[in-house]
Amino acid sequence: MNFGFTEEQNLLREQVRRFMQEACGMSTVRALMKTDSGFDPALWRQVGDLGWLGLTIPVDHGGIGLKWVDLTVVLEETARGLSPLPIVAHALATAAVLRCGSAKQQGDWLPAMATGAVVCTIALYDDPNWISPDAITLTGERVAGGVRLTGTKRFVPDALAADYLMLAYRGPDGLGLAAIRPDQGTIKPQPGMDRTKPSGSVTLDGVIVTEDMLLPFSTADLAWLTDVGAVAVTAEMVGAAEAALHMTSEYARTRIQFGKPIGQYQGVKHRLADIFVDVESFKSLLYYAAWCVDDAPDELPRAISLAKGYASDAFARIGIDGVGLHGAIGFTAEYDIQLYLKRSKWARPMFGDSDWHLDRVAALGGL
Amino acid sequence: MDFEYSSEEHAFREEVRTFLREHLPPRRERGRDFMQTWLEKVREKGWVGFSWPKEYGGSAGGLIEQAILREEMALAKGPPLGTSFMGLAWVGPGIMQYGTDEQKRRFIPDILDSKVSWCTGYSEPNHGSDLAAIQCKAVRDGDHYVVNGQKIWTSGAPWADWIILLVRTQFDPAAKHKGITCLLVPMTTPGIEVRPIENMAGDRHFAEVFFTDVRVPVANRLGAEGEGWMVTVSALANERSSIGEVTQMFDKLDALRELVKRTTRQGRPASQDPKVRRTLAMFEAKIAAMKYNGLRYLTRQIKGEPLSSETSVNKLLRASLEIEMDDFAVELTGQAGLQMPGGDAAVDGGRWAKSSLSWPNVVIGGGTPNIQRNIIAERILGQPKD
Repeated sequence: MNFGFTEEQNLLREQVRRFMQEACGMSTVRALMKTDSGFDPALWRQVGDLGWLGLTIPVDHGGIGLKWVDLTVVLEETARGLSPLPIVAHALATAAVLRCGSAKQQGDWLPAMATGAVVCTIALYDDPNWISPDAITLTGERVAGGVRLTGTKRFVPDALAADYLMLAYRGPDGLGLAAIRPDQGTIKPQPGMDRTKPSGSVTLDGVIVTEDMLLPFSTADLAWLTDVGAVAVTAEMVGAAEAALHMTSEYARTRIQFGKPIGQYQGVKHRLADIFVDVESFKSLLYYAAWCVDDAPDELPRAISLAKGYASDAFARIGIDGVGLHGAIGFTAEYDIQLYLKRSKWARPMFGDSDWHLDRVAALGGL
Repeated sequence: MDFEYSSEEHAFREEVRTFLREHLPPRRERGRDFMQTWLEKVREKGWVGFSWPKEYGGSAGGLIEQAILREEMALAKGPPLGTSFMGLAWVGPGIMQYGTDEQKRRFIPDILDSKVSWCTGYSEPNHGSDLAAIQCKAVRDGDHYVVNGQKIWTSGAPWADWIILLVRTQFDPAAKHKGITCLLVPMTTPGIEVRPIENMAGDRHFAEVFFTDVRVPVANRLGAEGEGWMVTVSALANERSSIGEVTQMFDKLDALRELVKRTTRQGRPASQDPKVRRTLAMFEAKIAAMKYNGLRYLTRQIKGEPLSSETSVNKLLRASLEIEMDDFAVELTGQAGLQMPGGDAAVDGGRWAKSSLSWPNVVIGGGTPNIQRNIIAERILGQPKD
């Protein structure tokens, strides 16, 4: 029994943290927020060179052959400073290829995905708040040599950064996953609340996707990708929530009112302590879920629902109280704490909000 | 990261399970001498004071084995491994760390053998959370201390044989922490008067304890004069892994689920009420968080990394669960939930009504939630002290 990270994982964490501080500080993040794509190709290449994009890809496909626990370490740290890198979207597209792709597709695609030579994203549901196969409405029709796709994927993360977009669709005999190039559809950036998480809609007007770009996709695959998507997002929530706590805690230590630091008042310090309890707790739940992805897949649904069910509400509250404890200065665009509030709102519905996850926990418990 | 146990650890778990199958009969089959036999058997196995050094009669067991032992005992709903809860939890560890050889010889075996029970004289009427301000005084008179003052909320005092007592031996206000001394006192000493206090659940296990010219031999002092605060802090810091508690809370959650399944609200099954489902799931998330927090901290201890005050995290989670879970059952079952044991409509024999009135045992004892929050904010987050 060992519920800790290895020496290598600790080194990886240090490496990611240091690199992100230097290469993607808040001024860089804020500059990227002003662009539609939110994408910095040079930064992406560096991240690819560091090996983080191929972490879970087997060695014979050009990756490093590690596990989701390792990926979790990276996502926690890249999210600490709210980096807009499309790293989660890319990791989930990678997971989809690893799970659903043919041997040929894996051999052809994974090496370029491992280095970041191509940027990939994935979009599953078309209903804004419904985790169900029925929430996929992009339509696929069988035609000679492939599938004709018609409809709009309304919620595609990092749509403007991607070289390949993997889109879930509803075909005549069930679900499917199609990899398309950006020029095959119409991509429209959508102004989100959190500009560090750019997204767009993708409209396909009878586009024919050839066989080699189609992946079989079952409802079980969809459910699994939703679960690992929730693992990825919750890992980001841990890093971002810790940063928001740290930022607010530092402010409370140094802001003087009525002659003393506001952190001396229990109304402030006790809220900070409660935030610490929440972050520690959903972090522990997340680590267990991340371990389940590779080592106890049967336990993954319950484990990730406990983690994301806890984290979704707790982090949203941390975002609000982070701003609130800063007072008026926290309300300004100039201060960074408001960016964390926006991130917490972004993370809340992704791959299931707390209502959905906690209801699943109840169902798994026999209710 | 690896949740598998080693083969030695598996073997130890099997050993515990085998023992439990042989020596823990179902409740209704337990005879009058069951408890005595049980205590002797677990003592023979070396499971009482499991982590204590062998020279004191312990087993020098590792942290993981200890967690396994606690988990299995809790799963089997076994009785405690000793009747001296406080003796095992902090009096014993305190004596091993600060006691004289004579004290170790005299007290440790009796704690392990469940021959004496201890209570803890810390809180006073005016000094609860602000423990270091205690006023109960001890004045040196030859080879005795003469103790005068009062303690309160002393759990177990009505039946304890001994009390571990904090007294003030220096009265200069500047000497706040340094003026405290720790004494080990037989409850039969002349001048001690115990007045039980009835709590809101109707139980009488805590008490006021009055000391009038109580003479305590200097040989019964634990640690040096003025070292009492250190003794207390390090003994209380002898944190117990929370894994046994977690198992009990999962049990309680199971019982709550069963209750929900057979309960209707406004004529509809409670199990279909989204609020009910969500509340139960959030209990599960918090209990699971306690479990994995505990394992994470345990791993750090095994690796030799000192813990700061992280155990306060689980204390706060537990406090909220202790209050909310029983109360949930009471609210869920409406007027039936209000009936105490003996009521015709009492739910599960009045279990929930009764325990919903008992949470302060856990929530207030050993440091209120607000004190735990101070500890986290000041020691971990670096906020200024109040």
